Amino acid sequence: MSELATFDAARELKFRDPARARALADALERLCTETGRSPISVMHVCGSHEQAIAKFGLRAVLPRALDVIMGPGCPVCVTDLPEVDEAVVLAQDGVRVATYGDMLKVPGTAYSLADAKGAGARVDVVYSATEAVELARDTTEEVVFFASGFETTAVATAAIILDDPPPNFSVLSAHKYIPPVMEIVAEMPGTRVEGFLAAGHAATITGWAIFERFVERHRIPVVVAGFEPLDILAGLVKLVELVRDRTPRVVNMFPRCVTAGGNRNAQEQLWRVFRTTGGRWRGIAHVPNGNLRLRDEFSHVDARTRFRIDLQRLWTHAPSALTQLCICGDIMAGIASPSTCRLFGRECVPDSPVGACMVSSEGTCRIWHQYGGHPQL
Amino acid sequence: MCLGVPGQIVEVRDRVAIVDFWGVRRETRLDVIDELVVPGDYILNHVGFAIRKIPASEIGETLALYERLLTESEGDLMATDVRGEIGAGGREVSDV
Repeated sequence: MSELATFDAARELKFRDPARARALADALERLCTETGRSPISVMHVCGSHEQAIAKFGLRAVLPRALDVIMGPGCPVCVTDLPEVDEAVVLAQDGVRVATYGDMLKVPGTAYSLADAKGAGARVDVVYSATEAVELARDTTEEVVFFASGFETTAVATAAIILDDPPPNFSVLSAHKYIPPVMEIVAEMPGTRVEGFLAAGHAATITGWAIFERFVERHRIPVVVAGFEPLDILAGLVKLVELVRDRTPRVVNMFPRCVTAGGNRNAQEQLWRVFRTTGGRWRGIAHVPNGNLRLRDEFSHVDARTRFRIDLQRLWTHAPSALTQLCICGDIMAGIASPSTCRLFGRECVPDSPVGACMVSSEGTCRIWHQYGGHPQL
Repeated sequence: MCLGVPGQIVEVRDRVAIVDFWGVRRETRLDVIDELVVPGDYILNHVGFAIRKIPASEIGETLALYERLLTESEGDLMATDVRGEIGAGGREVSDV
């Protein structure tokens, strides 16, 4: 890319500080040249990062040699079919299911929660776990909170479970834990990730030191970055510098929100309520320790022990042929992109999504559908 | 959804704070934050819980992104997420 093109793109983006954006873009270009390889692939694992990258057109100022890909950073997208099926069965059986809005249209094996709702089931959209508890307090019906999200969001679920919810309230946890899936993606053949950009707000809870073991094991650097366009560019500069120097370590580029140890109070509540267990992440792999499930002492609020959830009856037919063409899993593993999917923007659009990545506002396909993913340079 | 949203504390009532998000006041729970907060402090709110006190020196930098997003129209994904995070504080609080 010519210097002029870089400058124009930076100006168009309305960076708060165009001169700094320009300097960061130049530094990235230089670092990539010095690394002497192409492409250099780095991965982020956060829907909000992808939203900011796509919305502000950051890929237009990135060097051609640098490939910034979104990994499994959308918790709704990695919710596996049987997890959705559990919520669908509960709703069909007359239990009131409360869930975050993005979960409604996520396809299960045969139906989504929106399908169940359309057929008369009680499904409520909530913005917070607290709202789900309030719903339960206002009724005598059984209310199940179908909870999704990474550790940052699981903390809120843990807090309401510890706050003595009413007896007709329980939780169906589809919460996921990010650090173990980074291990899986780092080792996937064909992914060739040379560095990770970690999400600032998840690290607010866990602290940046949690990534040290990962770096030691895989010799891949991790940089914690914020969400402002300049934060992301600065994070990428540091990451490519570590790649160039072959000095894998963890660097915190978001000190205004992230400390080494993180939020200990939040961690204490998270691990008091949840334990990690292995499970499938939709389309990606079985992820050891990647799922957060309630500990036995909270079985009284665990929908999986409170109800007998018979999934068999949903499994009388296979998912639709279109579903089988969906490459969400490959996209989240970083080995394909929405632009190589034959369904993207045709059969698969936000109003009638085929895969979960087109459903959630944090899904790569949904984000690229709104903002365009890879600007034509 | 991981973006959270910053707001300024107006009042602290035990484990709940009334927080001002650009003129909209909502309740934010203080169960998981690990620092003492008082009226005037800024916190980062995620799904109805304060998860971090934002250091005073960093407030301007933190608010800038959100102020820009909130000028976006209804359909914008990032703006919708931010508005959803504000909505997570439950019912709007009018009198403090």
